[in-house]
This record gives sequence, structure tokens and C-alpha cells, in this order.
Amino acid sequence: MRTLLASLALLVWLSPALAVKPEEQLADPALETRAREISAGIRCLVCQNQSIDDSDASLAQDLRRLVRERVKAGDSDQAVRDFLVARYGEFVLLKPSFNARNLVLWGLPLAALLIGGVAAFRLFGRRRTEESEISEDGPPEKLSPDEQAELDRLLRQDQLGQKRA
Amino acid sequence: MIVEIGHFALILAFVVSLFQAIVPVWGAVRHDGALVRLAPRAALLQFALVIVSFASLTNAYLNSDFSVANVFQNSHTLKPLIYKWSGVWGNHEGSMLLWVLILALFGAAVALFSRRLPDDMLGVTLAVQSMIAAAFMAFLIFTSNPFLRLANPPFEGRDLNPVLQDPGLAIHPPLLYLGYVGFSIVFSFAAAALILGRVDAAFARMVRPWTLVAWIALTLGIAMGSYWAYYELGWGGYWFWDPVENASLMPWLTGTALLHSAIVMEKREALKIWTILLAVITFSLSLLGTFLVRSGVLTSVHAFAVDPERGLFILFILILFIGGSFALFALRANAMRAGTLFSPVSREGALVFNNLFLSVAALAVFIGTLYPLLLEALTGAKISVGAPFFNLTAVPLMIPLFMAIPVGQKLAWKRGDLAGAMSRLWWVLALAVGAVAGVASIVSGGPAMALAGVALGLFLVLGALDELLERATRGGWERFFPRLFAIPRSNVAMALAHAGVGLMVLGISATAFEKEKVVSVKAGETITVGDYSLTLNGLTTQTGPNYNALVARFVLRDGTGVVAELNPAKRVYVGRQMPTSEVARHRAGLSEVYLAIGETSGGDRVDLRAYYKPYVLLIWLGPVLMAIGGLLSLSDRRLRVGVPRRARMGMPQGSPAE
Repeated sequence: MRTLLASLALLVWLSPALAVKPEEQLADPALETRAREISAGIRCLVCQNQSIDDSDASLAQDLRRLVRERVKAGDSDQAVRDFLVARYGEFVLLKPSFNARNLVLWGLPLAALLIGGVAAFRLFGRRRTEESEISEDGPPEKLSPDEQAELDRLLRQDQLGQKRA
Repeated sequence: MIVEIGHFALILAFVVSLFQAIVPVWGAVRHDGALVRLAPRAALLQFALVIVSFASLTNAYLNSDFSVANVFQNSHTLKPLIYKWSGVWGNHEGSMLLWVLILALFGAAVALFSRRLPDDMLGVTLAVQSMIAAAFMAFLIFTSNPFLRLANPPFEGRDLNPVLQDPGLAIHPPLLYLGYVGFSIVFSFAAAALILGRVDAAFARMVRPWTLVAWIALTLGIAMGSYWAYYELGWGGYWFWDPVENASLMPWLTGTALLHSAIVMEKREALKIWTILLAVITFSLSLLGTFLVRSGVLTSVHAFAVDPERGLFILFILILFIGGSFALFALRANAMRAGTLFSPVSREGALVFNNLFLSVAALAVFIGTLYPLLLEALTGAKISVGAPFFNLTAVPLMIPLFMAIPVGQKLAWKRGDLAGAMSRLWWVLALAVGAVAGVASIVSGGPAMALAGVALGLFLVLGALDELLERATRGGWERFFPRLFAIPRSNVAMALAHAGVGLMVLGISATAFEKEKVVSVKAGETITVGDYSLTLNGLTTQTGPNYNALVARFVLRDGTGVVAELNPAKRVYVGRQMPTSEVARHRAGLSEVYLAIGETSGGDRVDLRAYYKPYVLLIWLGPVLMAIGGLLSLSDRRLRVGVPRRARMGMPQGSPAE
């Protein structure tokens, strides 16, 4: 779908295919799995929002090779990512790092959940006290003059309607 | 000539839309019923004119009239008929014409089917709808005209992008737009309710069927697009958290929240302000999505700055409608009275919970989609926000939401009984967890998160079945069937839709158990994928109507023998000389074997990516079941009982609170 609408709008080049090629894979399945996991979080810099694991661009292929070389050389996952960030900048990470600049990005959903949650509970809280006033402190309050006027008006309308009918 | 008729019809429709946007509101202000009652007729006329316009462009495509620039750029004489049709909306100008067609369609549908509405409500709603239509028609006519001619018509067209030449794509954009744009009418209703000061249960009842129609179409449209990506793009993914996908997911999330909060508003007169706000937000997100997709801002902030005409126009529309509606909302919100009382443990409480999580998820998708654009525009720094971000924010928000569904649907209105609801659900939960533990011990485990996901999916499906079972066995088993068939449709609809969520969760969780193999295969060689074996018989060439293909012939065997012949292929389309990959799939129950080929060498060797994907079809069957639930809910009697006629044109003597 992404390509659908994107290509409708922009006619991006889409080549078919495999992304990871058979000969690229590492012989050790554990290392290969790690390389795939790292690749899935690395952006293909010339593509639109594709990871190098999904992309057929030649740059993506180069980056996949690079990731596998580093993994084979014994780098940790984080060391591979740091290496790529040092070379290509933070743009290469599909998961933005937690830092002050990205505070709004990471913090907003959490803040919204907290604020929304508090707002919802206050809603209940207010309602509950109103409700208990009604049930425990005797009969409900009398209608205010405004409410009484509105009620009278509605009743009048109703009678009028019945007469017409 | 026919093209000019279409062009002229579009301009006429624009004029009608201006009339329809202004006159009914004037009538409502002047309390002139005759002017207000012009709105439905104008809406029908506008729709008829847009149909003429759309039909004439379609005609140009079907006849390969390359004197029309738009047809030349997106069609080809050799293209199969169905793609000549779908080519109409397979490009910027044509898809915007489809936008306008659907805007007019919803206006006309309301004019036809909502005759029970009070005249002023109907008139103002149609006027607001027409304001949106007028804005987009102006956008079409002034910046994206599909009817422009070429001075020297070429003999052959440039063809439609080959990845778009697929039956799924013929119907995906119209479905998606039906949903996306369908929320415009909900927005128009909300704006009219605010303008006229009538935000009440009757409003919730009026908008519910329209919200449902848009929601059903959007659900199916998103699912269809995801399914298309799965079988067309060749690496078996189904959701990429791409900005363009997010653009359709955001209105779906808030639209789903709206569907639920409107129930509270209708039944209990509560959450009124919130429901109106959601109606406004949902269509605002549709507009935002259109801006993101149509302005080029997604490719890069700079691409937008280089050719800003279209982008700025849509941005202007965006600001006009979002700003206008929020200003209106701010003016009127105080006049809306709080609704009835309810305890946190109640159906209302559960629906508030639903709204909280859906809205925050929409916000997470929103910030993740826009943050890189904003950051680059403001500071020049470039960062990427991709799947890992959304998997850490929006996805975890869905888990508590889904866990609450079986509980929420059992709670009574106003004050629910949590212990009572849970008394049956403990059994359902035990059954789900037990089934997963049983299966896990047989297939020797799997990722813990995925197993938990399967348990959650089963909990949802079984919880939905239990909801129906409980209703059918209230008071014993002897009258089971009569009771089962007497369950109100809206309750069956709810159970189906929630079971659909469960199926989708099952399908997504099952992807953790898929088997993948990326290998180079030589003719005669056999490989294994999961419990299947796969033999390459050879490579052959094939000529299609507008492409040439290289086909790999595989034979698929399971333990018992040959089950299928699978022919994944690479195609090169004649028109654009662009290669595409055609995957081959074998379905076994709800699971699939999925093959895609890459480079070939030596005439008998091919790079192959083979998958065994267990229960993968549930990912899309789930949303289909949700949509079926929606359709059933749409047919519920309660929705056909409209607003009483007595309120017609009863311009309240005391004008609405200002």
C-alpha cells in the first residue's frame, strides 16, 4: 500500500524483488539472524522509508554487506549501529535515538496517555461525587429558574404539537 | 468533444457547489425555509455534474485518447481494459477527481437518505459538505486539471506504472477514498450541529450510519492495500508504517474511536464535546493525509519547496477547514452540557478507555509521521522514524485496548459489575491460555511475545463467541436457537467485529512462526521450506498482453506428494521498460507457501525467496470480519428509526446559545 499511494503521487521507482540475495548471507545462522535484525532497523538512504533489509537498491546491498562484515568481525549490535551512524548520520536509523532533540517525539504519546488517563479519571471522579450527592444527601436539587422555564417551554410546545396532530 | 463536456461539467459543478455552500446557510440565518430546502436539490445536481465529468475522463481512457495529457501520461493502447478503467484514478489528477466524486456522492446520499432530518440541519450539513467540495474542485480546476489537451497528440501513451496494474489496485483506491472522504460527511454533520447549536443524542443517531459506512470502506480499503503490498511487492510484508499508510491509519483510529464514542452519546447523552471533536479530528486527519500524499512533502521538505503550488493549495484548504472547525468548536464547546452520570466500571467507562487508547495511538502515529518533516523544516536536521518507533509506541497501546474488549462488551451501561463480567471470562481466558500452552508444547515453543499474542487473539475470538452464547443461554439451554436468532443485530455485529480483531491478532502473531529461505536454485534442484519441498523444473519465457515475462517453474510437494505447480515470474512491461516481480502462492487452509524470484543466471539458475506463512490470511480476514460486523450494525433497526419529524424546520424560538 505504501508504494501504491506513494507511486500514485510520486511515481517512485520500484524494482522487483528479493532484497537480501542468497550469496550475501552469512554461513553462521546465528550471525545471519543478527544481521537481519540489525538491517531491519537501518534505513536505505536513497529509498522512501525502506529498511536495507527490504530494499533492492544497490546502496542497500552495500550497507547489508557492511553490516555483515561488522557482525562477522565480532562487533556488537550497538557497535554496528554506531559505526553506521558515524558514517551516515542519525538519518540511517529507523528508530530515532532517545535524546533531548527527540524528546517531543518519544515523550508526546506517553504524556498524552498520562494526561488523557488523568482527565478520564477526573471525569469519573466528578461524576461520582455528583452521583453520591444525589443518592445520599436526600432529594435532588430543585430546578433552577432557567431550567424551569425551559421545561415549561418544552411542555407548551408538546401540547401545541398534540393539538395540531 | 466529450472531454470538453467533462471539463465544462466540472466547472459547472464548481459553480453549483458554491451556490450550495452559501445559499442554505443564508436561508438558515434568515429563517427562510425555501432557501434551505434548495440544498438537497443542489447536492443531487452537483453529483450528476461530477459524474458526467468523471465519465468523460473515463471515456478518454477507454478510447486511449492521447490528445489528453493525463491519458497520454498514464495509459497505453495495449493495456488490458480493467487497467484502462483503473488508470483513471491511478494518477494525481484523476485521483483528485475521484476525491471530488466521492465528496459529491456523500452529499447526494445524505440528500436522498436523510430526508427525516430537520430541514435546517440537512441544509447546513449539505452546505458544509459543499464548501469542502468547492475547495477541492478549485484545486482540480486551477492546479490539477485532468482535462488539459496536448497540441500534438502522440500515437502511444506512457503506460500506467506496472505495479499499479493489478486487480487489487483497481478497487483499492476507490474503497480507501470512500472511507477517507466519507468522513467528510460526518465532519459536515458536526459542523452543522455546532453552527445550529444542536449537539445531542439525535445528532449521534444521525451520524452513526454515515460514520459506519465510511469506517467499513476505510477498514476494507486499508486491508485491501495491505494485502496488495503482501502479494505484489514480493517480500511478504503486509504493513510498513510508511507515511502513506499512516495517513490512512490515523483517520481509521480516530474514526473507530468516534464509532464507539457516538454510541455513548446516543445512548447516554455523555461525551458530547468529545464526540464532536473526534468527528472534526477524523476528517482533519483525512485532509492531512491528502496533503502528505499529494504535496510531495514526503519525498523531502525540499521537493515541496521547489514546486509548492499544489502543496500550498492543499495546505490552505487544510488550514481553512481545520482552523475553521476548531474555531467553531471553541465558540460552542461551552454551550454543550455535560451528560449523564456513570461509574468507571460500566459500558461507558469501557468506551472511554477505548477512546483514550485509540486516540493516543493515533497521536503516536501522527507525531511519528510528522516529526521528521517538522524537525527538518525547523532545524534542518534529518532523522528517520520507521517501523521500530511505531512498534514501540502505537503497538503496545493496542495491547491493553484489546485485552479490555471482552470485558468491556460484557459490562452494563451506567454501572457495571466487573466481578460478574469476569466470572465467565476467567473460563474464556483459561481456555485461550490452555490452548496456547497445549499447542506450544507440541510445536516446541516459539517466541514468548508471539505466544502471548496468540492467547490474546483467542481470548478475543472466544470472548466474542461467549458473548453470543451467554445471550442465547440466558435462562437455560432449552430455547437456545430461538434466543440465538433473537439477539439484536447490533450485538451480533459487535461480537463479529471484535472477533475480527481477534483473528487479525492471531494472524499477526503467527508471522513469528513463519519459515523463510533465501537460496539460489538450479534446475532439477530441490529445497525444503517448512514441511514442504520445492523442485525447480526450469525457466521459460512468456508473453503477456503488455509485458514479457521470465517464469520459474517449481513443483511443490508435501509429505503425500505433489500439491501444486508454482510459477513465480519477473515481468518487464513494454510501455515503461520497468521490471516487476510476480509472486506465486499456494494456499493451504489459512496458511500459504509464498515464492518470489530475483536474478537469474546461466538460463537455469534463479535466486529464490521462499516462505511458509502459517495462518497469514487471518491478517486480512480479521478486518473483513470487522467490516461485516459494521455492515450488520448498519442494518440494525435502531438506525432506521430516524429523528422525529415534528422537529422539522422548527427553528427554535430562542436561538441556540451563542
